[in-house]
Amino acid sequence: MSSLVYFSSVSENTRRFVDKLDIEADRIPLRPSEPFLNVTDPYVLVVPTYGGGNEGGAVPRQVVKFLNDEANRSRIRGVIAAGNTNFGSAYCIAGDIIAAKCQVPYLYAFELMGTTEDVQRVREGWGRFWQRQSPTA
Amino acid sequence: MAEKLKLIDRVQAINWNRLEDDKDLEVWDRLTGNFWLPEKVPLSNDIQSWATLTDVEKQMTTRVFTGLTLLDTIQGTVGAVSLIPDALTPHEEAVYTNIAFMESVHARSYSSIFSTLISTREIDEAFRWSEENPALQKKAEIVLNYYRGDDPLKRKVASTMLESFLFYSGFYAPMYWSSRAKLTNTADLIRLIIRDEAVHGYYIGYKFQKGLEKLSAAQRQELKDYTFELLFELYDNEVEYTQDLYDPLGLTEDVKKFLRYNANKALMNLGYEALFPRDETDVNPAILSALSPNADENHDFFSGSGSSYVIGKAVNTEDEDWDF
Repeated sequence: MSSLVYFSSVSENTRRFVDKLDIEADRIPLRPSEPFLNVTDPYVLVVPTYGGGNEGGAVPRQVVKFLNDEANRSRIRGVIAAGNTNFGSAYCIAGDIIAAKCQVPYLYAFELMGTTEDVQRVREGWGRFWQRQSPTA
Repeated sequence: MAEKLKLIDRVQAINWNRLEDDKDLEVWDRLTGNFWLPEKVPLSNDIQSWATLTDVEKQMTTRVFTGLTLLDTIQGTVGAVSLIPDALTPHEEAVYTNIAFMESVHARSYSSIFSTLISTREIDEAFRWSEENPALQKKAEIVLNYYRGDDPLKRKVASTMLESFLFYSGFYAPMYWSSRAKLTNTADLIRLIIRDEAVHGYYIGYKFQKGLEKLSAAQRQELKDYTFELLFELYDNEVEYTQDLYDPLGLTEDVKKFLRYNANKALMNLGYEALFPRDETDVNPAILSALSPNADENHDFFSGSGSSYVIGKAVNTEDEDWDF
């Protein structure tokens, strides 16, 4: 089964978006004390962008750790990123970074917890996207 | 300032090595990492550009900045400080002191813009206008009343509204000029302020949600109703303020879209769903792109033809954590 993997900090913005999608999803653990997430199926990754500035750290470190695992990385098929246009050119840049690093398409960007329209678009596109993926993936 | 200042009862030495809420350190690091001062921005490069504006345009812009100065002054000297006694952790208190200081930096920045571009007489006139404009004064009064009130969560709602919504009738103007390649250095400075306000609104809104967790369902509902009532009250007032500022230039309808777009974001920062539908929040693309140059990039593989999509462009990640 294809699936969705996401990260959300304690602010729960990204989790709220994922909940509204109503697609089965695995959450990347927040704390090192929680068990590491190993995925076995192809997935789309949904991540928040940590806010702006020149300090790096746009991709949450838990997500970096998750993708550093080669098996996890080999199964990513696309990325959806959240952010805030207030961060200017760093808006949703976590999506750009992960798409470039993992060579997968950057599928969608939304702000904060996403609007009804954002949820609709992703839900409508979800089935089409997976159909187009190679069946052996 | 007749009222007695409320202070926290007990202070313990703050230990950043023992966190109760990781978000406090994360936001502290982000805020200190984003620290800036107006002296870093070459505002004087805008002098020639300023000279190309008409009198009406100059007047609007000057009034916008005095209004923003008032809001930042409130947030620096009253708003962020009033949140300290309600803090759940000592680290949260420290974050508010950072927020308060940066708001004072913002307020100071507008004076840098003024002294660079505008004559003393024009500055004084604009400050006088801001003291007499009913919509601006009402906006200040509504927020100040909540800061003086005795409900910690309502204070956070008002504060998030200020950080994430009430500034934007003003922020529109420098984005408008930037989209027309005018006052671009001033716009760069305002973008630094906009970036800060995003972190402030996010954090205060997050702490509001932490506070909600401790309440009954009925109390949560009451605060939700209160939040939306306040939003409508502030929105109606913002519309009036926007008309006062932008009617002479015919920009009011365009600004109102930007207001509603940001009102939605304020609600989301508080954990509520967006209120205004897409067709009322479709911000002028030129304004959106002045705010965030990559906001209009096509990251919407899911809609339209969907035949092509972007594989990420090269980005300088700089993070050393990556193993591949």
